[in-house]
Amino acid sequence: MTQQFSEESSVRSIDFEANFESLSPLREFVGQAARDCGLNPKAVYAVQMAVDEGFTNIIEHAYGGECREPIRCTCEINRDKLTIILQDCGQPFKPEEVPNPDLEASLQERKAGGLGLFFMRQLMDEVSFTFALEDEKEGGCNVLTMVKRKEGNS
Amino acid sequence: MEVTNTQYKRCDVVAAEGRIDSYTAPKLAEAMESITDSGRYKIVFDMEGVEYMSSAGLRVLINTQKTCKRYNRGEVVLARVPQRVYEALDLAGFVPLFKFFDDITAAVGHF
Repeated sequence: MTQQFSEESSVRSIDFEANFESLSPLREFVGQAARDCGLNPKAVYAVQMAVDEGFTNIIEHAYGGECREPIRCTCEINRDKLTIILQDCGQPFKPEEVPNPDLEASLQERKAGGLGLFFMRQLMDEVSFTFALEDEKEGGCNVLTMVKRKEGNS
Repeated sequence: MEVTNTQYKRCDVVAAEGRIDSYTAPKLAEAMESITDSGRYKIVFDMEGVEYMSSAGLRVLINTQKTCKRYNRGEVVLARVPQRVYEALDLAGFVPLFKFFDDITAAVGHF
């Protein structure tokens, strides 16, 4: 783990393997950052769940299943907010192609999946996806940035 | 996460302890399927020991409910749901799809 301190913020990051076994240590890592940031228990749980959903989506969609590729998780603690960044170098993710879940559908019509992105947006104050092209040949990386603000703390 | 299943005359009681995520949800799915595969469709899911549940767990619940309710064979009811887990169920719009009970006796008595 690398950690940097400055007057305004502290940044720490860890590379996790892109498999579901990483979810537990990942939630511990972001949970600690959320507590260190001073978020309340409900907000800590929300951050853990949103990061879990984002990480699971990366494995399932960007990497097409569990593998040994890295997913970097960076937590940036500021006075008023926590920023979590997940970076992978899998297939470009296009959030606009993910339909919103139909929360009113009857049981038999209810889709079992597709809730991950919806949860992330509900649980965090900001969610954004960018695709950073590093090199024409090498391809690029997905950067998922999520922010939880301290004020409101809902 | 640990899953235990107790078979009663009226129904099965499945209890999970720990965290349900994409890593552990298959174990819960397996426990639910082993019940429905043997022709039993009345299930009480005791969630008191569930510390955490992601959408992977919600997926198992919805799939099991679909299987149980098809042809009016039975249903899954949820007992002793912790607040944070309930909030996730609510966010997903799952609350109208399940009956909730505060204790196991009442949940079993529903069948």
